Amino acid sequence: MTEFAPLSDAVAALVGDGDTVALEGFTHLIPFAAGHEIIRQNRRELTIIRMTPDLVYDQLIGAGCARKIIFSWGGNPGVGSLHRFRDAIEHGWPTPLEIEEHSHAGLANRYVAGASGLPFSVMRGYSGTDLIANTENVTTVSCPFTGEKLTAIRALNPDVTIIHAQRADSRGNVQMWGITGIQKEAILAANRSLVTVEEIVHSFDGPPMAHVIPSMAVTMIAHVPGGARPSYSLGYYERDNEAYKQWDTLSRNRETFQKWLNQVIMANGEVQ
Amino acid sequence: MSALGARTETPWTADEMMTVAASRSLRDGMSCFVGIGLPSSAANLARHTHAPGVVLIYESGPIGAKPSTLPLSIGDGELAETADVVVSIPEIFNYWLQPGRIDMGFLGAAQIDRFANINTTIIGNDYRSPRVRLPGSGGAPEIAGACREVTVVMRHNLRAFVEEVDFITTPGYGRGQGDRERWGLRGAGPTMVVTDLGILKPDPDTCELVLVSTHQGVTVDDVKMQNQWPLQVAAELATTEAPTPEELVALRSLNETTDAANTE
Repeated sequence: MTEFAPLSDAVAALVGDGDTVALEGFTHLIPFAAGHEIIRQNRRELTIIRMTPDLVYDQLIGAGCARKIIFSWGGNPGVGSLHRFRDAIEHGWPTPLEIEEHSHAGLANRYVAGASGLPFSVMRGYSGTDLIANTENVTTVSCPFTGEKLTAIRALNPDVTIIHAQRADSRGNVQMWGITGIQKEAILAANRSLVTVEEIVHSFDGPPMAHVIPSMAVTMIAHVPGGARPSYSLGYYERDNEAYKQWDTLSRNRETFQKWLNQVIMANGEVQ
Repeated sequence: MSALGARTETPWTADEMMTVAASRSLRDGMSCFVGIGLPSSAANLARHTHAPGVVLIYESGPIGAKPSTLPLSIGDGELAETADVVVSIPEIFNYWLQPGRIDMGFLGAAQIDRFANINTTIIGNDYRSPRVRLPGSGGAPEIAGACREVTVVMRHNLRAFVEEVDFITTPGYGRGQGDRERWGLRGAGPTMVVTDLGILKPDPDTCELVLVSTHQGVTVDDVKMQNQWPLQVAAELATTEAPTPEELVALRSLNETTDAANTE
């Protein structure tokens, strides 16, 4: 039975120090508010997973929440570098950050195996890259039928996956539409899940391209309107491109980042 | 007004020429897996000019995206809203890209080498302690492995065109003939590299990138000066056809619409 709770209670209940945590949402529906709540609750030693660790993981890394990151593209989309992510990898600030790096197809298939209850996925990928020698959990396997050499990639099962969606109904089913990325697989691969939503409705009507994640796969739901800002929520608000550009300046040095952290995140309660 | 060593003035910029030249590698009706930035500009220009029937596919899931402005990110809302269909990430990679259904990949790069291997991972020799950490691979390794052909779009300079990349994020031709086959890569690989100075293609025998065309107002020496390895030049070096007025109007209009949308 899905439990409805305020965001702070849900994060406190589901995310513990040392956990492996996935926050997914591919450009669209990024669970920023939940990420900020993890920072406020001062979680430490997390292994954070995300295909595109953009601003939200730059913030978690700069705040010192993470020990390790598993990812496949770490940049500020359309703008440039993630400065906190780079500072952690290049200079170990505020703490050293271990990395496990994949291609998008590879990390997606780690989730697919996790969601399918299999130990690994099979794919064509990584061949010819220097990634394969530098990344654990990727190897080769021979097809038992044809003998062809293929890439095997180990299942990923996060302790907790957090996503943001447009709606939940009163029974805890979750509805999302537009670009839905890897969210379903990330939820199904995880032991626990939290979904923040724009809106809670009595029952769903049917917008086009809608996907539903049934209540039985969702541990907790928190009603957090605007919880994906500055990313976007199709049908609710647009991407704040200016915020992504401003982050480039703000995050570039440690002092302005820490000021932002203290004034915008730590000083505020649950994000509006 | 071509002074010694100075480039002839043209009524278009070098970036415009690059985008136009790259857009021409897409033929009408092709499907194209599009990277963000310069590749996306070129692919959308093709759709607004000679290839209205091109099917643009973005790794975030939209198939048949028809954006009116150039997306800032790979997953902008307009890509989904204008697409024929939006699929999940596992579906876009496993069902659409992996089996070899996509004709063309359009990619950018931070570094490229003599054999068209691409680096978007690190600058420096130590992966665990890089001098500069770049974003990483995203969809590129599998795009370059599975698309039937690949066009790379990037500016030509000494930092970018190196003898050997610091890290192979995305395989081109490895160390030469036969490597792609050994790796089991089924697509042809980077069949064209379009820069702001000219066009390079792999030599059919050695797989080394060779200068096959210079843009108008650019000399072979101009290109060589921005290239770290001793660049081979094709026996029949072409001059890239100048952008047509239609191409320039379409590109500038696309950029203006994009700027206007972003400053709303």
